Amino acid sequence: MRMSGPLLKVENLTKHYPIGAGFLKKTTPVVRAVEDVSFSVEAGETLCIVGESGCGKSTVARLLMRLVDPTGGRVMIDGTDIAGLKKHELRAYRRLMQMVFQDPYSSLNPRLTAGQIITEPVENYERLSRKQREALAADLLHKVGMSPEMMHRLPSELSGGQRQRLGIARALALKPSIIIADEAVSALDVSVQAQILNLLMDLQQQLRIAFVFISHDLAVVEHLGHRVAVMYLGRIVELATCEALFAKPVHPYTEALIAAAPVPDPTGVRFEAPVAGEVPSPINPPSGCTFHPRCPLAVERCRIEVPPLVPMTDGRVVACHVRAPASGMQAQSAAARDCPTARLARANEPIRASEKPNIS
Amino acid sequence: MQMHKTIRHDVLLDVRSLETHFYGEESVTRALGGISFQIMKGETVGVVGESGCGKSVTALSILRLLPKLTARTVGGEVRFHGQDLLKLSEQEMRKIRGGKIAMIFQDPMTSLNPVYTVGHQIAEAVQIHTGVSRSSALTKAEEMLRFVRIADPERRVSNYPYEMSGGMRQRVMIAMALACSPEVLIADEPTTALDVTIQAQILRLIVDLKERTGTAVMFITHDLGVVAETCQRVIVMYAGRIIEQASVMDLFARPMHPYTQALMRSVPDRRRGRQSRLPEIPGIVPNLRDPIIGCSFAPRCPFAIDICREKTPVLREIESGHTAACWRSEEIVCA
Repeated sequence: MRMSGPLLKVENLTKHYPIGAGFLKKTTPVVRAVEDVSFSVEAGETLCIVGESGCGKSTVARLLMRLVDPTGGRVMIDGTDIAGLKKHELRAYRRLMQMVFQDPYSSLNPRLTAGQIITEPVENYERLSRKQREALAADLLHKVGMSPEMMHRLPSELSGGQRQRLGIARALALKPSIIIADEAVSALDVSVQAQILNLLMDLQQQLRIAFVFISHDLAVVEHLGHRVAVMYLGRIVELATCEALFAKPVHPYTEALIAAAPVPDPTGVRFEAPVAGEVPSPINPPSGCTFHPRCPLAVERCRIEVPPLVPMTDGRVVACHVRAPASGMQAQSAAARDCPTARLARANEPIRASEKPNIS
Repeated sequence: MQMHKTIRHDVLLDVRSLETHFYGEESVTRALGGISFQIMKGETVGVVGESGCGKSVTALSILRLLPKLTARTVGGEVRFHGQDLLKLSEQEMRKIRGGKIAMIFQDPMTSLNPVYTVGHQIAEAVQIHTGVSRSSALTKAEEMLRFVRIADPERRVSNYPYEMSGGMRQRVMIAMALACSPEVLIADEPTTALDVTIQAQILRLIVDLKERTGTAVMFITHDLGVVAETCQRVIVMYAGRIIEQASVMDLFARPMHPYTQALMRSVPDRRRGRQSRLPEIPGIVPNLRDPIIGCSFAPRCPFAIDICREKTPVLREIESGHTAACWRSEEIVCA
């Protein structure tokens, strides 16, 4: 299959859930779960989506799989917009994208054997003889590091880590080009988490699978991601390569998120919580930049205007009036046109102490 | 420094050879295999380990909150102010629970009563344990909400749990736990269900309140990062036993049990480089229904030798204040 452009391209994806929908009510309030989200994923790449509960990251996963229909925007796989496809047309594209879920307990049918669970996706598309099915199950189990004898076991006879391996084997069954993993390691103990993360990285290398890896755990994201999108209240606030984002977060929310993650090193303990307040309700999100009520840098403009995603000189995009002003960027590139070092210096310009969020 | 020393010797809670079994239809699970530790006045002790290692069972055994039909503490002592909590009558135990020893749980939604206001629930705890009047208990409830830094406490006292966010509910739980000025606070994964920015706030709050009230905290968590940020001393558990105990600085600087070492290495860490393979711990946790011969970690341990498979290692002091249950700690700490 020849591909032009990225494997997956998401444009202006939006999902509003109506709440308390009444048929006589003229206007229904909506939950703005996902608001104008755009990104792309190349073959063999891992794009991570991070954010706290309610930021819309799982809704994005559902929209990518078209388990829910978007309110607006496009999801292009190999150049085809799956948002507009009819059910039977969608079937062909579903093969290309598979999903791994968070909970390895509730996402496996307790009455099917491991072998049945992992071969079921293929049997949705083609008939398999008993022999073929067993060969396929053995092959898939081998791929995820389990012995073929396990195919006769029930999920209840397996450990949490083995179950998650089954979930991954099931996702691999249709040889997808992209796997969406929604908090796939969050429910696992750290020693098992390490096994599963290694497995995912190995599979990516061997099979060139692209991952959309949704997680709240920044250490995990930093470890296996190539690029990261940070979401807050339904919007992407920063999208950058992993190295750049963790080396120097630009959006104040990214900065707070990184500072908030506990670090297993007692010598570097902080004493202040990096950000006050809580995530507001997506039913009635704050005006302007939705982060402004919690943001230590907020200025008047942040209360009024939604900041656009502005491309920075290092290739990342950031939605922040203060750190990535739309007009400021143009001025900067004009000033730095004939001096590449000046451009770099400007991009990494230190933030004045008085402007810094409360991170000590 | 002098003060630090005197605090050190003031044992508040003394757990000795605590042994708890769970009874299934045909089998007995030895959830706690005889653990001993102490909590000093005013200190924060972290209890870490992976699921099933017995950290929550330890807390429930101390407070005698185990499910009555399926579990029993079959041996050991929990000494608190000169008496053994395991020998108290249920009535006496009730006075201690929520009074001198309080507990907060992982999920603040299920541990609050949905049909009463949070003010009512805090006041109820205060009334039971201090016997003050209803109105002064309610005043105390409001005061406690302010203490845990809930904005607008006058209004919030009459809120129901569902009207609050997860972070705020956990603040309410902390307010309720601290309302009767407990000497020990047992916190079982209090921030696991919360988002990271909220977790950071709650951790700060617990550390800060602990310093102001002098309450000792037993902090149960699976997260080594949380331990590093909040605790002074750490107990590492594996398969129902304590396998290592040290000050937080010593433990992270020089872990002496192979399990602790492996656990620390398996956490993704920016200092080790991205996309690298994470060191795994091979195999799985032993089934506590089967009798364990030798060291319970031996089947997964890269350092295991014959003695490890034959004789169970006991906790012994390897360095001052640093104990480990491993036959080969001296060798592997240098490795």
